[in-house]
Amino acid sequence: MSRYLVDKFLYTVDRDPELVERYRVEPRETVLWWEAERANSVLNCHGGEASTWLRFTDEEREALAGHDHVALFSLGAHPFLTLTLFIAMFERDHGPLEYQKAFGARLAHFSMPYPDIAT
Amino acid sequence: MATVAAVIASTHHPFYYRASTATGEDRPPFADEWVRKITAFRQTLTAARPDVLVMVGSDHFHQLWLDNMPQFLVGKAPFYDANWYNEEREFGLPRMLLKGQEDLSAHILRAGLDSGFDLAFSNELRIDHSVTCPIITLRPEADLPIVPIYTNIFAPPLPQPKRFVQLGQTIREIVESWPSHLRVAIVGTGHLSLELGGPRQFGPHGPDPEFDAKAVEWIATGDIERCLAEVTLDSLHSPGNATHGFMDFMLMMGVAGAGRKADHVDSLDLFHTMEAYFTWYPNGVPT
Repeated sequence: MSRYLVDKFLYTVDRDPELVERYRVEPRETVLWWEAERANSVLNCHGGEASTWLRFTDEEREALAGHDHVALFSLGAHPFLTLTLFIAMFERDHGPLEYQKAFGARLAHFSMPYPDIAT
Repeated sequence: MATVAAVIASTHHPFYYRASTATGEDRPPFADEWVRKITAFRQTLTAARPDVLVMVGSDHFHQLWLDNMPQFLVGKAPFYDANWYNEEREFGLPRMLLKGQEDLSAHILRAGLDSGFDLAFSNELRIDHSVTCPIITLRPEADLPIVPIYTNIFAPPLPQPKRFVQLGQTIREIVESWPSHLRVAIVGTGHLSLELGGPRQFGPHGPDPEFDAKAVEWIATGDIERCLAEVTLDSLHSPGNATHGFMDFMLMMGVAGAGRKADHVDSLDLFHTMEAYFTWYPNGVPT
């Protein structure tokens, strides 16, 4: 399990307008590229000082590549990161708050306690 | 020594800016009442005639990240740029530039460290809506120097609720020991019950109105004892998965003092979350 890395993907994509668009349009390609090129970047450090050990599990990679926010929730991805990025990608296709409500409704089968989000 | 001119605790709703400035068909039906309540709340700060604002909030994974996460952090910089691309994108928040009050930052850091809080610091901090929302609601001129203080209510493991209360009590003492003639308002923002990215989000009201009613009562009456008896890191999951932001209200109860009734209490039941506004005047209500 690499919950931290899933959160790192959501975080680094969400703060970059070009990556938000790229992930919206080509999710699988973006996830594979990001895992190969960016997953091990230590933020604020040059490439020669990258980490060497970070990779997604197959389940995590599929959840991200499939824009599957329900699976991300069950894996313990930080829900604020998931929500913020998914609103950025998909709210535009919906009426006011329609996307946010549908996002919540798709999670209706989860009861307390929710999946752990600690990293 | 400095005077604590006002203590203010508030929710920070990022939709206020857009709702309050929208016109015509874009203006939501609750906007006028919301603006009316905010205008009255703003007056409670204006009446205190503050020179400096200590602003307690929480970074929402903007500058603070999981590779290097402080629990409590004090900004110490001459200026703070504010609001982030994803806040412009989602909430329409404007870019802002706020002045810093470095002398007070340095005093809070030194005295905080000496009081048992190993505070982190930042000399270049871009602040987010947890600080700019109360600037927009309470001091839209954005003309006063600030000291931002960030708490981690977001990325577990979190400090215990009692540490938030203790930090608030310590901040109050530290500000009152600042060798300055200036009037300081201590402003902090948090949440009542709140769900983000979970099944209970964006409902017709906050996810747990019963918790909200209790929380407002605890804050309004300064009932720190009962609040601490009922609130734990585990219990805060029940009212909503983002309710740990309530601990910033607990911090502000610590600033205001045990048993201190708020001089101004107001709330507004909105979709998704309840808004709540509190002001205390430690040195008497301004005339």
